[in-house]
Formats: sequence, structure tokens, C-alpha cells
Amino acid sequence: MPVLRDEARDEIRRLPDHYEHRQSALIPALFVAQREIGWLPPDTLREVADLLDLPSSEVTSVASFYRFFFLEPPGRHLVLLCTNLACALNGAEHIRHHLEARLEIPPGQITADGIFTFRESECLAACYLAPMMMVDCDRFGPLTPKSVDEILERYRAR
Amino acid sequence: MPAESVLMRFVEGEGTADLDAYVQAGGYEAARHALTTLTPESVIDIVDQSGLRGKGGAGFPTGRKWKFIPKGAPVKYVVVNGDEAEPCTFKDHMLLERAPHLLVEGIIITAYAVGAHTAYAYVRREGYLARERLRQAVAVAYERGFLGRKIFGTDMDLDVVVHTGAGAYIAGEETALLESLEGRRAMPRQRPPFPAVAGLYGKPTVINNVETLSHLPAVIRLGPEAYRSLGPPALFSVSGHVRRPGVYELPLGTPMHELIEHAGGLREGRRFKAAFPGGSSSAILTAEHLDVPMDYEPLRVAGSMLGSASLIVMDDTTCIVRVVARAVGFYKEESCGKCTPCREGTYWLSLVFDRILHGRGRMEDLDLLAHISKGLNGTCFCLLGESVPPSLDASLQHFRHEYEYHIGTGRCDVEDRLPPQHFAARSTGDPGAAAGTPGA
Repeated sequence: MPVLRDEARDEIRRLPDHYEHRQSALIPALFVAQREIGWLPPDTLREVADLLDLPSSEVTSVASFYRFFFLEPPGRHLVLLCTNLACALNGAEHIRHHLEARLEIPPGQITADGIFTFRESECLAACYLAPMMMVDCDRFGPLTPKSVDEILERYRAR
Repeated sequence: MPAESVLMRFVEGEGTADLDAYVQAGGYEAARHALTTLTPESVIDIVDQSGLRGKGGAGFPTGRKWKFIPKGAPVKYVVVNGDEAEPCTFKDHMLLERAPHLLVEGIIITAYAVGAHTAYAYVRREGYLARERLRQAVAVAYERGFLGRKIFGTDMDLDVVVHTGAGAYIAGEETALLESLEGRRAMPRQRPPFPAVAGLYGKPTVINNVETLSHLPAVIRLGPEAYRSLGPPALFSVSGHVRRPGVYELPLGTPMHELIEHAGGLREGRRFKAAFPGGSSSAILTAEHLDVPMDYEPLRVAGSMLGSASLIVMDDTTCIVRVVARAVGFYKEESCGKCTPCREGTYWLSLVFDRILHGRGRMEDLDLLAHISKGLNGTCFCLLGESVPPSLDASLQHFRHEYEYHIGTGRCDVEDRLPPQHFAARSTGDPGAAAGTPGA
């Protein structure tokens, strides 16, 4: 039984047009499916496999390799705190402690209210903002405990 | 900035993401010139003579890379490596966000030179703004006839597809990128065959980094001699303990201390301790190397490398053991698991670092670290695992006493030496808020 809307199914069916091999459309297709459902449940992975005529095992293998495919439901917003070198040198560890206290979870978990998935991240290529984080598609930095609170408040309301 | 800035003049101020701004600054004239007056072979020769080398980290001469593409092949591809994820490298994102037409123009020149009619620009997932700006640039380039059919009235057809990554550092390795672009796990391929012979879908493929391609309009506009005479120019990402972290365009060969001065110098009262000259894959250098020219050969002689030209500056508040532990943790996290030395080596190194940093280290651990490092050296399937030994070995050589202090006392010698407010001030990014910071 299809779960995806017809529009999304058509969008996925058109993706292979851009490539010599249709499997190239797999990663873009998984992002379309994830945009629709919010994550990638097993039946959605099967549906993507059917739409692209690929083995289900291959689709699951790829989806489980990359960190931006969610195989479990994530929080409403994704908080990525960079803790790589430039941010670490500029106090990312203290920001991490602050985020842990505010969100009441360690990195790798979802807040109890389901609003935030909190992850430590490798370098996000914005070291001039160190220490920095991304929330969904947006970058923030240099962070202070105060600015972190303001940012979280803003996203909580969305 | 040098008198003649070839890239930053498109980046600074409002930038040139807007096509009209780019065209007003002379944009697309180099591609037009190449397609309407130069042969593909002469474009390749110009690039070869310009001294342009790959800016992603490997530094391979760009013109030579193109010459490996077999002439007669019916289908060839251009692939743009926009997976920029080397720690503390952020020039490609800046170019894509503020001057994406430089890349589009570079793609046109490259495709013409090697005879490709399709290009894929692979941009890492987290580069949302970069990808969006590039998509807009590509769309408007089609509208104006710079992409699509019969470009500039010639017989040249070219399509550009912007493709998204999904979160994996290893996808920046060029053969892993091809795997990812073909819709599989990003794991590196055996070479040979090299991508120039059998790359995307088994077809001859040129893979170049975003910055590399963004230099091409200047290479064509200035000609090889004039371009070379500018250094040749390079973008340096400067980060860490400097006052104005950012991207700086300077000639290759600029001494390290000058680059630090361009970035505002160190903070008040702090002394230089060490630096990675080319991202976390390059060996750490110390104060005795402050005069080293930031160029391929001098950095190699100094025991390090230019890599992605990302200078990470560390002042005297830095615990080198923690820094190297964090770098090792990065490679452990990002190892694709394909080959044993990388997968296992980074794992065991992380365990040893973990116990040293938690006061459970043993003096034998120093030999163990060196031993595991040796096991990674020259044995890994790709450069990811090979990126671990340089800094680890350099730290064991230059900062052995810091390891010994951690192991002997269970504490950090830098923290013991400096008053605690240094760390508090540093952590908030706001020296005025030093006292009473949560978590400090």
C-alpha cells in the first residue's frame, strides 16, 4: 500500500531522468520521502525501492549509511552542535554542557517533549562562527549560553 | 589581499550570487572567450601552464588531471566535489554562497576542455544555503543561455545537475563521491582504474573541487603567466585562536605568521603554540615553523602538508592531547569501515585517548599510540585512515611531555598552569562574561 502522496511518487519517478543509472536517484528520492513522512519507516523504504525498481535491501543499506536519513522518528527540529577543532578550541564543550542542561538530554537523543533531536556534529564548514551550531537549515554563532537559550526559544515556538 | 584578487573580489561586499552583479564584474567573459576563440586543447594547455592545482587537499595539477581523459570516448562527465567537510575548511561553502557563478563558469570551461556535456555538482547535505544559491545560479544561467543548448552560439551543449549528499565525510574522497553519486554507500573504490579513465558510470570523469573550478575564469582571463605571477593565488581558511577567523586570498608561499596576522593575530596576551597548516589531516607544526611559506613543497619539507590550505591556530591555552584526541575521534566517526586498519585503528586509538584523558592512562600507552599509528601508516585503503598518523606522530614528538603529564598526574598541564577564568572567557566567546558561566 502506497504511503506517499501521488505528487511525491511522481516526483520520485522523475528523478532518474537526470542520471545515466536510475540508482543515482536513490539519495534524492529518500530525501523526498523523508520530507513527506518526517522519517523513513520500513514500508516507506520499500515504497521507494518499488518506485525506483531497486532491491529493498540496497535501499535500506544506503539509508542506514548516511547520517541525515532518519530510520526512527526524529524531534521536530534538528540541533547540530559542532564540536570539531575550531569550535572545540573556542569552547564548544561548555556550549555542549549548556545544551545538555537546557534540553535535559545528552547528544544523540530526543527531548522529552519531542521538539529537538540533539546531536554533536563534525565540522559544518562555518568555523568563522565558532563555537557554532545548526538548527535545521540555519547556522548560529559565535554561541554564548544566552544566545543558545534565545535560539532554542525561537525554535520551540515553531 | 594581494593587489589583484581573483576570487575574493566576487565574494566581498554584496557578493555576486546575483547574475547581473556577476556579469557586471566581467563574469562569463572567460567562458565565452574560451568557447568562441580557443580550442579545447589550448584551454587544457593554459590550465596546465597556470600551475593550478587541486584545492580539495591532494594538490594534483589540474591540467595534468584533465590530460588523462581519453580523447575519443563518446561520453564523459564533469563532477564537482562540493562535499567540503575537512575539519576547519570553509572556502568552498563561502564561494558557493556568495559567488556561485564562478563555479558555473568554471564548469563550462572544464566541460568544453574535456568534451563533457553533463556535469554533476555534489554538495554536502549541510550546505543548505550553498546548494540553494548554486541551484539558483544554475537556473538563471540556463535562462540566459550560458547553460543548455548551443552555449554562446557555439555547438557546445552542457547540462548541470546539482546533487545533494546525505551526511558522510568519506564522500569527499573522489571515488567514494562517485559511489555516492551512483546511489550507493560512499565507500572508496580500488584504483586503478582512475576516474579519468573509468569514473561515473564507468565513463571518463573529471572530478574537481569547487575552489579549483572557481579559479578557472581567472586563469583564462589573465593567461597562465599573469595568473602564476599572483602566487598563484589561493584561498586560506583560517580558524581557531585568531581574532578574525575567515577566508583570506593570498599568494601561495605566504609565510604562516603573515597569514595569522591577516586573520587579526592572536588574542590579547596569548602566545602561539601550534597549528595545523592544512586541516586536521596535516601534521601539527610548532612555533619554530612560523616562517614556513604556506606552499606545497615548503610544508612538505617541514614534515606537514598544505592539504586544503586550512590553518587551524592554537594558542598557549590549548591542550594538545585533547586536540589530537578530538581529531582521532573525527576519523573514527567518519571511517566508512571498508578497510581494517582505518576501522580498527581509529577505534583503538580512541579508547587509549579516552583513558588518558580520564586519568586512567599508563606510560606504556605512549608506545601503544605510536604502534597503532604505525599500523595505519601506508596500510589504509584511502586517505581517510592515512590522515591520522601525521598529527598523532607530530604530537607525540613535540608534545610528549603533555601526554606524560596527563598520564602521570591524571590532570592537564595547561589547565594546571593557567587560571580557570581563561577557559571560562574562551568558552563564552565573550570575555566580559567570564565569571559565573554555567558549566565553566
